[in-house]
Amino acid sequence: MIARTASAGSLESSDCLVTVTPSESFELDYAGANKKLFLKRTEGVARQVLAEYSVENARLHIQDQGALEATLRARIETALERAMENLGS
Amino acid sequence: MINNSKNKKNNRPCRSMLYIPGDSPGMIQNAPVFGADSILLDLEDAIAASEKDAARKMVRSFLRSFDFGDLIVTVRINGADTEYFKKDLMDIVPCRPDAVRLPKCSSPEDVISADSLISEIELESGIPVGCVQLHAMLETALGIENAYQIAIASPRVSALTLGGQDLTADMGVQKTRDGWELFYARSRVVLAARAAKISAFDTVWADINDPDGLFKESKQIVELGFTGKAAIHPSQIEVIHRAYRPDPKELAKSQRIVEAAKEAAREGKGVISVGGRMVDAPVAARAENLVAVASLYDYEEESPV
Repeated sequence: MIARTASAGSLESSDCLVTVTPSESFELDYAGANKKLFLKRTEGVARQVLAEYSVENARLHIQDQGALEATLRARIETALERAMENLGS
Repeated sequence: MINNSKNKKNNRPCRSMLYIPGDSPGMIQNAPVFGADSILLDLEDAIAASEKDAARKMVRSFLRSFDFGDLIVTVRINGADTEYFKKDLMDIVPCRPDAVRLPKCSSPEDVISADSLISEIELESGIPVGCVQLHAMLETALGIENAYQIAIASPRVSALTLGGQDLTADMGVQKTRDGWELFYARSRVVLAARAAKISAFDTVWADINDPDGLFKESKQIVELGFTGKAAIHPSQIEVIHRAYRPDPKELAKSQRIVEAAKEAAREGKGVISVGGRMVDAPVAARAENLVAVASLYDYEEESPV
């Protein structure tokens, strides 16, 4: 499952920075200019991606710089795969 | 089985191909507004080793859900000699880009092995086998020498493309402003591509602060017969398109020839004549090509000659 803390993305405009951390439950910590508008969308995408990787529990911190859904999804997938990666330990 | 809209798209002219780093969502989402005929989402040289996974995911995500409109979308994958090659194809091919660009093709075998892997992936993901085209990038001396064999190695190969940076390095020469060091390689690529009835794309102009140099080189490669040229910055697109724009005088002349050819065909005459002078068949064919290219441009602001 989630083995370590890992990040993906950047703070450039139209991007987002996603950090995944091991956790006992699903937690989403969302920061962005338009939280009211995008929190729901972001949570929906996050839960969906986690389900695709059969991960139930994780803490996600997302700093949104105006990312499209395609971007958000790619960043969550990348951060998640990096956090799940088996480093041979 | 074959998707007609994609076919139609692939018959469109492809004068400019804009490289966009696969890890730059801000640029990818703006791709349709830059005015290029096509884009090359790059997983190779523009991406650092530590971000290969991120770029692959980003490109895949955009291919799945983003509307690129009329743009022809090609993905440059990492070479077969890298650990990323197979992962790139497995993630990208199922999303059906118009084509994948395969770097460092030096022999027909390079194409054949990529082709069979792509076919396998197409079969597994339930998309028509052969729907993702392959652009073979020639950027070694050996690749140039094998150009025609590479072009006909698989029906999937729809373009040869010249990689000038790596090629000049392989030849042990510098890339100069006049580009004589690439003259033979360019001619060879164009002839091989034309013989195989596929497209030929030229290398990039690296100095984005030298649009005059880019225009001169673009003119040169248009005259040599390339169907398109790669760009590394949106500002280069307009310059490349300008180089492909037929001269209004030439256009007017060609239009008269095309009209005369139509008339000759209508009247069942074997000979085309304009103003009392006979026009040879290859001249008529060239005129037709020129009129087709001109249809991409707006000539209204100029007075017809």
